[in-house]
Amino acid sequence: MTEMLEHQAIGRGPARRDGVRKVTGTAPYAYEHPVENPAFCHPVQSTVGRGRITAIDTSAALALDGVLAVLTPDDAERLANTDDAELAVLQTHEVAFRGQIIGAAVAETSEVARQAADLVAVTYDQAPHDVVLSDSRDDLYRPDAVNGGFPTDSNEGDIEAALAAAEVTVTQTYTTAMYHQNPLEPHTTTARSEDGVLTLWDSTQGVHPVRKAVAKVLGLEPDAVHVVCPYVGGAFGSKGQLKANTVLAAMAARAVPGRSVRLALTRQQMFDVAGYRTPTIQHVTLAANRDGTLTGIAHDVVEQTARIKEFAEQTAVSTRSLYAAPNRRTSHRLAALDVGVPSWMRAPGECPGMFGTEVAMDELAQELGMDPVELRVVNDTEIDPDSGKPFSSRNLVACLREGAQRFGWADRDPAPRSRREGNQLVGTGVASSVYPVYRMPKSTATVRFSGGRYVAEIGAADLGTGTWTSLAQIAADALGADLASVEVRIGDTRYPEASVAGGSSGMTTWGSAVVEAARAFRAKFGADPSDGDEVEAAVQANPATDDYAMFAFGAHFVEARVDADTGEVRVPRMLGVFAAGKIINARLARSQFLGGMTMGLSMALHETSVMDPRFGHVVNHDLAEYHITANADVGEIDVGWLDEHDPHVNAMGSKGIGEIGIVGAAAAVSNAVHHATGVRVRELPITLDKLLG
Amino acid sequence: METELTLRIDGQDHHLTIDTRTTLLDALRERIGNTSAKKGCDHGQCGACTVLTDGRRTLSCLTLAVTQGGAEITTAEGLGQDGGLHPVQQAFIDHDAFQCGYCTPGQVCSAVGMLAEYADGWPSAVTEPGTTAELDHDEIAERMSGNLCRCGAYANIVPAVQAAAPRREGTNAGGAR
Repeated sequence: MTEMLEHQAIGRGPARRDGVRKVTGTAPYAYEHPVENPAFCHPVQSTVGRGRITAIDTSAALALDGVLAVLTPDDAERLANTDDAELAVLQTHEVAFRGQIIGAAVAETSEVARQAADLVAVTYDQAPHDVVLSDSRDDLYRPDAVNGGFPTDSNEGDIEAALAAAEVTVTQTYTTAMYHQNPLEPHTTTARSEDGVLTLWDSTQGVHPVRKAVAKVLGLEPDAVHVVCPYVGGAFGSKGQLKANTVLAAMAARAVPGRSVRLALTRQQMFDVAGYRTPTIQHVTLAANRDGTLTGIAHDVVEQTARIKEFAEQTAVSTRSLYAAPNRRTSHRLAALDVGVPSWMRAPGECPGMFGTEVAMDELAQELGMDPVELRVVNDTEIDPDSGKPFSSRNLVACLREGAQRFGWADRDPAPRSRREGNQLVGTGVASSVYPVYRMPKSTATVRFSGGRYVAEIGAADLGTGTWTSLAQIAADALGADLASVEVRIGDTRYPEASVAGGSSGMTTWGSAVVEAARAFRAKFGADPSDGDEVEAAVQANPATDDYAMFAFGAHFVEARVDADTGEVRVPRMLGVFAAGKIINARLARSQFLGGMTMGLSMALHETSVMDPRFGHVVNHDLAEYHITANADVGEIDVGWLDEHDPHVNAMGSKGIGEIGIVGAAAAVSNAVHHATGVRVRELPITLDKLLG
Repeated sequence: METELTLRIDGQDHHLTIDTRTTLLDALRERIGNTSAKKGCDHGQCGACTVLTDGRRTLSCLTLAVTQGGAEITTAEGLGQDGGLHPVQQAFIDHDAFQCGYCTPGQVCSAVGMLAEYADGWPSAVTEPGTTAELDHDEIAERMSGNLCRCGAYANIVPAVQAAAPRREGTNAGGAR
């Protein structure tokens, strides 16, 4: 068992250390780092969904005053590694999807760069494109594995026999839309190539992963790439992997050596090249006894990937571990389309997958005439049905019970459409939430005593998650020092190598590295170190994963009010109760949970990227037409958590909290809308048209 | 085409020769080096670029710089007095009314402008006609809905704005929800 930290700073709620910089706008984001006399880069994008570029005329662009360079596939530098087709920017005349980057203009001002990009004249030999996902396609294929390295399929027992023998069954199809992460800060980079060093001020979830990937593409030694990112204006997975825009910024900088080049994708371009969540088509089957005991669960998913690069969202994987049932099947099938490359978006897999499973559970409860909370309690399990290991801690039932109490769940009449207040149909819904505890294999931290203070350095990221503050709390407790005497430095490849901020793994991984370094520091230098004393140490593998399955759990409760005439849905009340181990920073954790829940509400009611099959692009590619929750869409959001002790996960006892808040939230909204109206919406988003008629 | 222009930003004059197409936002960020106002959409859809011009909230991405000669332009960086924070900024920190921070300067400027609109008796879409609105949750949420926050901090933004609102005689406008 890991030696646990004594919690002093951990568990309290100090305000964000970067708060003043953020409320004044003086925290520098990637585009904003002061550099001398920057140039500006604007991409040129394909206007066909598939084909071949036959000619590019740059003469008008180059003739414009203030243009420094125009990059095209005709003359752009040849990249050292083009294995990843998404990153092989300007290396081919083939067009793989509409909006693909096929050129760029670099100029003295952003206005001129944009004008020059518009003046680049491209002709194509256009080919028919194929952008429509359907589960009836005859070319669906089985990927070798799904995101996270999970097996593509799972099969245990005999689901068909279970269905045939079951007293009650639910077999339904659920769909989630195409979603774009849309961090408020677009994907942006300031790049400079000078004296053999490429410096990238890049908006990223991981400076070291970017350095490694850029070095590979450009054929540079990692030491020749310096990546800086102290602040990220939101990411939600979209800045977790290197994207074409950063490669383009580097190429633009190398085209004008010594000059800094700024590149910010426009909001519209974000819908083309910055990643997205695949739409999903989920076939869910539940078989149960009259008492609610599940005898079978099947979750078969169809989703899309890009023709040029595979990304297989692990949509059904969480269904393998959530509830017990002797007969189980999950599968993932992909359609490879002429579209941009899908990627991580907050809780890839769990987020869309738990919409299907958790609405199906509500349907089963309705079939059984059983309370949906009780149905979930009946099917709780102490053993992870997928791995066969016991859970290191599993408090789903406690979350459901605590939530039901806090929400006033017992007061509801279970009959759909049973409560009307004026013109509003009122309903309540519940859904479970689950998210794995991930620990990345590599991360290293330095602890140093300097000027009477302790300094912890690690190339970690703060996406708004609070790393600047919470890592300091961990370091303070690991050192047995005052929080005020600890300084944290992150977001720069000059600091020791850190893993990507993904999979809610940051605190477990970076936090453990900091704990290792702090303990090694004390072991070497004792309680009274000298100025300059320094130790570096790395996160270790957790042997407890051999014996335990590790997950955080939660329960969402939602009240929905639906206008009986217009079908307008309002959500005045959401409650989330989570069991996520020790909460490092109470103030910031609450924000993480309610942010996830708010994004789940957004997914439930608003978000959908509408693909135009005629042209192969997302037509609602801006924030006026791709709706996300605005302030007035959000009512009361109550967040709670259990005081969960898990000695197996890490020295802090913490589980990741960045993603679990969104998992299950949309299902709870849909279930509440069903309770209010009697209409079951299985296709997100829950728009008015689906409730009327 | 270029023109000469003087912009007064956070109490300081800046003399510029500027492309007439330049927005106030790009003038701030790319010419003057004041990056407090953020670019989230460049179409007036997200509110991240909000600044105050002569005390009123303005989407600087939809405003051409050349129209702002002579205006008193205030960004979130210049809101505080004597190096301190504006009460709205302090309330945002206290209520953790932001995460990534990218929409925050715009939210803060918008809140300051909104409180001034409210003080001047402007109604909102949810104000009952003919009444004086209480600055309750619904009023604040409605009036702040031009500022998107993808991190989903709305549930903290509303109480932050409420806490920073000056109390009016005979009302509980500054109280908790």
